[in-house]
Amino acid sequence: MPDAAVSIRGVKKNFGSFVAIRELSFEIRDNEFFTLLGPSGCGKTTLLRLIAGFESTTDGEIFLYGEEIEKLPPDKRPINTVFQSYALFPHMTVAENIGFGLRMLGWNATDINNRVEQMITTVKLDEFSHRKPAQLSGGQQQRVALARAMAPQPRVLLLDEPLSALDLKLRQQMRAELKALQKETGITFIFVTHDQEEALTMSDRIAVMSAGELQQLGTATQIYEEPANRFVANFIGETNLIDATIHSVNGQQVVCELPGGFLLDARIDNSTAVNTGAQGAVSIRPERLSIVAPDTSQQPTNHQGDHSLLNATLIDTTYLGTDTIYSLKLTEDHNLSVRVQNNNALGSKAIGDTVTVCVEAAQFLAQ
Amino acid sequence: MASGTFTPVRKWLLLPTWVTIGFFLLLPILLVVVYSFLTKEFRGGVDWTFSLDAYDQFMFDRGLFGDEAPSIEWTYITIFFRSIVQALIATLFCLIIGFPTAYFIATRPASSRSIWVFLITVPYWVNLLIRTVSMKFLIRDNGPMNQGLMALGLIDTPIHLINTNIAVQLGLFYSYLPFMVLPIYASVERYNFALSEAAADLYASRWTILREVLIPSVKPGIIAGCILVFVPSLGAFLAPDLLGGAKTFMIGSLIEEQFKGTAGNWPFGAACAVILLTLVLMALTLYARAQSKERAQEQRAG
Ligand SMILES: Nc1ncnc2c1ncn2[C@@H]1O[C@H](COP(=O)(O)OP(=O)(O)O)[C@@H](O)[C@H]1O
Ligand SMILES: [Mg+2]
Repeated sequence: MPDAAVSIRGVKKNFGSFVAIRELSFEIRDNEFFTLLGPSGCGKTTLLRLIAGFESTTDGEIFLYGEEIEKLPPDKRPINTVFQSYALFPHMTVAENIGFGLRMLGWNATDINNRVEQMITTVKLDEFSHRKPAQLSGGQQQRVALARAMAPQPRVLLLDEPLSALDLKLRQQMRAELKALQKETGITFIFVTHDQEEALTMSDRIAVMSAGELQQLGTATQIYEEPANRFVANFIGETNLIDATIHSVNGQQVVCELPGGFLLDARIDNSTAVNTGAQGAVSIRPERLSIVAPDTSQQPTNHQGDHSLLNATLIDTTYLGTDTIYSLKLTEDHNLSVRVQNNNALGSKAIGDTVTVCVEAAQFLAQ
Repeated sequence: MASGTFTPVRKWLLLPTWVTIGFFLLLPILLVVVYSFLTKEFRGGVDWTFSLDAYDQFMFDRGLFGDEAPSIEWTYITIFFRSIVQALIATLFCLIIGFPTAYFIATRPASSRSIWVFLITVPYWVNLLIRTVSMKFLIRDNGPMNQGLMALGLIDTPIHLINTNIAVQLGLFYSYLPFMVLPIYASVERYNFALSEAAADLYASRWTILREVLIPSVKPGIIAGCILVFVPSLGAFLAPDLLGGAKTFMIGSLIEEQFKGTAGNWPFGAACAVILLTLVLMALTLYARAQSKERAQEQRAG
């Protein structure tokens, strides 16, 4: 097996008495579009700075393609960074900015020119090569920062929220371009964002972080469909989190009891072992719920068959164009939100009606 | 450009400034220029007759009785040249010490920066004359510096500094260092240190970062500091008078002599001042031209 691009082993980082990174261990594969996702202040930038070499670890090691890099200063690491604020050199032109790293590496002038031109074309800045950064728009500056970091063909590219300063339209366009660029160059991307949509659409794998700790590592589908804990379930997309107690266990399948006595089939992820009686919560995505016609033949609390039906009272509806959100009351303390596509098949429901909902997928979370 | 709405208000508010500048800056300069074209009185002062004698005396040597064929008078040109060199060296000296000092202060935690700035300015609460005299006292042959060094056994005979160029340099350096530190500090404080990190990330060594990223970014502060040290050093007379000797005679002292007591020559002193002022203004104008040309080029490139 080839070495991981970056291997984080037991890394801790304190600033004085403040713990920025509690303890992190994971590997980033070669050629991977890897995303660090987490709320602001959870230590994403700190981890990037440790990898780039701007900060030194309090404890633990970082390996780059099998080599420990603790002793290497930033200018000796074959890693480049796209800074959150871009940090373009204000007194240099676009071309000079992009060529800076190559010049530092001692390339000759012809090679630098060729490479700079190539990069300028790649990021579509052909008419702007003689401008200073101050004369560019935010999106253009972002491209210069990207071209500057990619020009020396680093083995690993670090991107610290590179799209956060752009407006929505540009951001969506840049997502596709970044992803394509990564595929094309095969450079390992470590991409930092607090925007879950960005993470889900771009990444091969995502590390979800909170308060300096890794919460879950997996593909977009895994972290969305099978969140490891309440934090991930809540942070990624919308979800219904309902207190639950394990009723019976069958491998990865469990039956759990919800408030109001309902029984529900749910999965648990393979790393958690639970016993009957364990307390936790189920996470149900609003779009994995549907409102069905009340079926008199099927009891909602039926123990024998399919534990997927719940009865609840409609308390509010929100029309969203393509979808409608139904807010339901399961018990006094527990609400459910259901997202249904508008296709008129449902008929009209009035506030106060009792409706039957069918749960297509639920995940039991031990913590 | 700002909208015109507030312009009339602003004009009135600026009136005191204009009056002050006109009365205390432009009027004295005008007086000096006028005096330089008058005839000297024997016991100081001027006779209100137009004359080019002052400039003639500066430029030409016509012999003891003024009846020989004119040849270039080197005395004053030499003094000017020496002063410019002295001022340049003092500026360089201040820059070499001032830049790291400013960088040091600007990189302290925000809470302690003002304390460092305060410490830099503390000596300036004492009058310049007194500071220069105490410098003389410190560095004279049997002063505390030499006695200390001899007591420590580092030297056998006192280091003779008084009346040398080095003493004058020390005096100038000590007089004008904060004028270098403060503007550089102001620009380093505004410097975006992420630029240094970006450069290091792109394989630049510390030295290269300093040369190619930090210095160009704080250039306005460096230039302001150099001007603020160079200009007063050029016209300084306290340090050369008190710490230097005949060999270190500078423009400031030459001008001062012309206006002191009854031996002076006011039109000649005024002419020296005018020539000095012209040189300084020319240098600053050339610099401003170069700057605006650079900026224009940037704009055209855009
Ligand atoms: N140099 C520093 N000194 C002290 N605290 C810091 C420093 N850098 C970051 N922190 C703290 O560490 C935490 C994580 O910061 P950061 O990694 O920038 O978060 P993120 O990038 O995820 O928003 C924050 O609470 C921040 O205040
Ligand atoms: Mg950050």
